[in-house]
Amino acid sequence: MMKKAIYAIKSLFLIELWKGLSVTGKHLFQKKITVQYPEEKTPMSFRFRGLHALRRYPNGEERCIACKLCEAVCPALAIKIDSEVREDGSRRTKKYDIDLTKCIFCGFCEEACPVDAIVETRVFEYYGENEGDLYYTKDMLLANGDRMEESIASDRKQDAAYR
Amino acid sequence: MPEWILYLLDFLPDWDWLHVLLISLIKVVAIFIPLVVAVAYLPYAERKIIGYMQIRIGPNRVGPRGWLQPIADAMKLIFKEIIVPTKSNKYLFILAPILSIGPAFAVWSVIPFTDTLVLADINAGLLFVLAMTSVGVYGIIIAGWASNSKYAFLSSMRSAAQIVSYELAMGFALVTVLMAAGSLNLREIVLAQGGGLTNWYLWPLFPMFMVYFISGVAETNRSPFDVAEGESEIVGGFSIEYSGMTFAVFFLAEYANMILISALTSLMFLGGWMSPFGAVSDVLILGDGVHWLLLKTSFLLFFFLWFRATFPRYRYDQIMRLGWKVFIPLTIIWIVFMGVMMFLTPWGYLFH
Repeated sequence: MMKKAIYAIKSLFLIELWKGLSVTGKHLFQKKITVQYPEEKTPMSFRFRGLHALRRYPNGEERCIACKLCEAVCPALAIKIDSEVREDGSRRTKKYDIDLTKCIFCGFCEEACPVDAIVETRVFEYYGENEGDLYYTKDMLLANGDRMEESIASDRKQDAAYR
Repeated sequence: MPEWILYLLDFLPDWDWLHVLLISLIKVVAIFIPLVVAVAYLPYAERKIIGYMQIRIGPNRVGPRGWLQPIADAMKLIFKEIIVPTKSNKYLFILAPILSIGPAFAVWSVIPFTDTLVLADINAGLLFVLAMTSVGVYGIIIAGWASNSKYAFLSSMRSAAQIVSYELAMGFALVTVLMAAGSLNLREIVLAQGGGLTNWYLWPLFPMFMVYFISGVAETNRSPFDVAEGESEIVGGFSIEYSGMTFAVFFLAEYANMILISALTSLMFLGGWMSPFGAVSDVLILGDGVHWLLLKTSFLLFFFLWFRATFPRYRYDQIMRLGWKVFIPLTIIWIVFMGVMMFLTPWGYLFH
C-alpha cells in the first residue's frame, strides 16, 4: 500500500525523469573533453605503430640483412623482399616493398627484425592521391628512416628497458 | 504598423483591397522570415546543446563557432538531387512535404506576439490552431503511403496513431485553458493572464500544463516519442525515400512544429508576452513585450532538446498507454473537477 502510494507520487511528479534531466543538465556545464584534431593532438606512445621506415647504421650502411623474417611473419603478406650478395660478400636486399594498403600495422615485422632495420614510426598523417601511391619501395622506406632517425632512435631507447 | 509603411502606401492607387493585401503581405513576410531563420538555427542549437550535454563541443567549423553551419546544411540539401522512387505515387510524393510544412507555418497567422502584433486576430483562434496542427499529420501519412516503402509506411502508421491519440489529450488540456479564460481568442487568453507571474495559468492548471507539453513533444514526434522516426527499427521512418529539398522540408516542418508547440504553450500557460513582474515594472525591458514571448518560447524549446539528450525512446505500446490510459482520463477528470469548482463551489476564482 505504502509502496504503491510512493510509486504513484513518484510517477505523478516524474521524479525519475527529473533525476535523468539533472544528470544531463549538469553535464551541460562540464568542461568539454573534445580534442580539436588538426590543431590539438592527443599524447602519443613511443610504441605507436605508424608509417614504416628502414634504418641505417651510423656509418650509413643499411641495417637490413635480407633475412626475410618480416616477410615470413607478416600476416597480411604486405612485404616483398628480394635479396642479393653484394660485391663485398654481404647479404643485402635488392627489393624491399611494403604495400601499405595491405598492411594492418600489427608491428610483427618490427618485432621479428633481428637488427632493428624495419621499424614503425609515429607518422600517421600520410596519404596517396593515386593508385600505387601507398606502395612503398625500398628507397622510400630508407628515405623515411633517414628523415626520422632522430625520433625513431629516441623511441627505441625509451622502449629498450621493456624489450 | 510603422509610419513609413503607411507613407509608402500613399503612393499607390486608392484601392482599399490593394492596401489590405499589401499590408497583410508585409505582415506575413515579417512573421515568416524570422520564423524560417529560427527554424534553420534550431537544429544548430540542438546539435550544440546535445553536444554540450555529452561533453562534446558540437559543430564549430563552419564560420565562427559554427554559426554558419545551418547555411552550409541548407546549401547542401538544396543542391542535392530529389530522387523520386520509380514505383511511388509521384504527385503525392511531392505533395507530402508541402502538406506537412504548410500547416506548421499557417498556424502562426493567429499567434499573437503582443497585444497588437498579430496577423489575424480571430475569435476562434484556438480552434484554428487545433485544426491546423491536425492537418500536419496528413503530410506524414501521405509521405509514408506515396513512398511505396514498407518502412515509410510503418512509420506513417505509427505516427498517425500517435498523433491522433495525443491530439485528444492536447485538445482537452486546451479546453481547461479556454474554461479558465472564457475565450477562444488567443489574444484574450493571454490578456486574461496579465498582472504578473502569479496570474499565469501555469499554477491553477499545472497538471494540464504538463500534459499539454508532453503531448506536444509526442505530437511533434520528438524524442522520447520518436518511434515514427525510429532509426534503429525502421531506418528513419516516413522520410527515408526523400532526399534533397523534399527531405529538408520535412526536417524544417518538424522544427517549425517544435517552435509552434513551445510558442503555444507559452501563450496558454506562461502568459505569452506578459511580463512575469506584473504592473510594477513598466520600465523598458522588464515590461510586457514580444521579448517575453520569445524568451518563454526558447525556454520551452530548450526542454525539447534537453529531453532528446536525456531520455531513451519509449516503447510503442507504452506511448499508447500513456496517451490513452493516463493523459486522456487525467484531462477529462480535470475538466470535470474544474467545472464543478467554477460553478458549484465558491473557489471558482482560483481558476480565473
